[in-house]
Amino acid sequence: MLVANLQAELEIEVWECLDAVTDPELDEPITDMGFVERIEVTDARKVRVDFRLPTYWCSPNFAFLMAFGIRQEVMALPWVVEANVHLNDHCFGDKVNEGVNSGREYHDVFAEYCDGARLDEVVQTFLAKAFDRRQETVVLGLQALGLCPAEIVSMTLGQLRMVRFDGEEELRQTPRYIELLLDQGLAKDSADLAFPTWDGQPIQAMALSEHLARLRSTRINMEFNGALCRGLAKTRYKEVEIGPDGPTLVDFIAGRVPPREDVGARG
Amino acid sequence: MFKTPQGKEVFVLDGHTHFWDGSPENQANVHGKQFIDCFYAYHTNLSPPEELWEKAKFDKQSEDDIYRDLFVDGPNDMAIIQTTVLKDFYKNGFGCLERSNEMAKRHPERFIVNGSFDPRDGEQALEYIHYMKETYDISGVKMYTAEWNGDSKGWALNDPAAYKCFELCDKLGIKNIHVHKGPTIIPLSKDAFSVDDVDYAATDFQNLNWIVEHCGLPRLDDFCWIATQETNVYAGLAVAMPFIHSRPRYFGEVMAELLWWIGEDKILFGSDYAIWTPKWLVEKFWDYQIPEDISAERGGVQLTDEIKEKILGLNAAKLYNIDVEAKKSQLAGSPVQIAAE
Repeated sequence: MLVANLQAELEIEVWECLDAVTDPELDEPITDMGFVERIEVTDARKVRVDFRLPTYWCSPNFAFLMAFGIRQEVMALPWVVEANVHLNDHCFGDKVNEGVNSGREYHDVFAEYCDGARLDEVVQTFLAKAFDRRQETVVLGLQALGLCPAEIVSMTLGQLRMVRFDGEEELRQTPRYIELLLDQGLAKDSADLAFPTWDGQPIQAMALSEHLARLRSTRINMEFNGALCRGLAKTRYKEVEIGPDGPTLVDFIAGRVPPREDVGARG
Repeated sequence: MFKTPQGKEVFVLDGHTHFWDGSPENQANVHGKQFIDCFYAYHTNLSPPEELWEKAKFDKQSEDDIYRDLFVDGPNDMAIIQTTVLKDFYKNGFGCLERSNEMAKRHPERFIVNGSFDPRDGEQALEYIHYMKETYDISGVKMYTAEWNGDSKGWALNDPAAYKCFELCDKLGIKNIHVHKGPTIIPLSKDAFSVDDVDYAATDFQNLNWIVEHCGLPRLDDFCWIATQETNVYAGLAVAMPFIHSRPRYFGEVMAELLWWIGEDKILFGSDYAIWTPKWLVEKFWDYQIPEDISAERGGVQLTDEIKEKILGLNAAKLYNIDVEAKKSQLAGSPVQIAAE
């Protein structure tokens, strides 16, 4: 049995590392979406993560990706030697759990269920959508700061890094946008253009508004799904389980405890 | 009949309703329980608080319930009942053609009951299409591509077996194919909600009308692209409608996209009863305007009264060959009655 304080600290460390796992369809961290249900550090080196999705019918292939993503992030913590991931209440849950905890490679496990095919193409499609959505937020933020199309399309990564945004959404998305830009090799150093298309092409100043219209339809779709998923997750699991000593920090992080102002507003 | 605050009478043809039995007695397994529970989560998540139902009321509706909710308390003139069998999940099926037709007998002038088939049944599916046409003279079908069937956990509209069925539909004059994209589980290597197959099927069957429910959600962007290319693809608003309450700006963005891409003649109202009831949806829809800034980004599209009338009934009436004026006088002579309680 771990000392309670240490255990709580380790659990928080796990919660924080799971911010890096996103729902591929929504491009939102699974922790923000309220998908992570429970984290347990059983002894100093073993972690169990329980998660659940908004409905029993959510896409199983994305459930696989999230389960493996959780495992990968948890195993990357230096003190962890064993991670168990459990997807609960899902139509494909048993198979996902068996696969993710088998210790085998993701592609091997996944291939069993689709005649050896890979999910790469779907993953790329959704990564492109995530890129578009993040880019739209940043570009609209720059427009709001008064930059004209010519200034935006010619902006370099180095210049973008210097911009000071005010809006909450721009502040959140700009680092995520830059991260994806670098990961995908769409920009390598600070002299490269900050706003190429997903195909790596520059955008012409004249074509910016048309480009933004396309980004907008991607975003509308993703936000619609996000709204639906958040709502369904909340309705599906309404219960608030707080221990006899009241909520702990973990309860607040997990969204099990509404912020004070919300409680007041509900009256 | 919906009466506007100005006293104008608007014809309402609800394009997407169900007469289901999701009660525990009818559930064959955990999947049946999870299916109705998922619908109930949609209901509780997106309804205004005063429209919430208890679970038992939601699980199964009586004949009186559906008449009251659609035609007495509700503004519908007519409703299309969609068949969703889910025979792997429910002992007697979830929303059955027979049970719906039995119910519709009391007021046949108000209902269009659509059939359904599963192309994976092969020859039997073809025989069943003949049976539905001969017995119930169906003019449309509801396709649920995520339905399980033994080992299969989903299918696509452009599967060869499906094409055989659509050829027969075309031949028999079953013109309206309502498509519901749910999560197609297998093959896992594909996007479970992909609407690409609609593109193929609509191109290859130009005589059929393809009404994509939930306007392709959660793939609205892909759907708009396809529906713009294909003249015979329509958007059903079921599930998009209730956002008018919970997220009115998003509803405006969705409507702006649909009006911009596919136009006012190809959008169909659907309440998705009994997930939601048409009364509050139609009232809110009639009051609704797309916010100025959203409209401006899409060439100033707006929901005018004329466009709302098309969406609420006139567009669907065209697809189902209903003469709206004749129907109005027929209905005026036969008000809906339900048994005294």
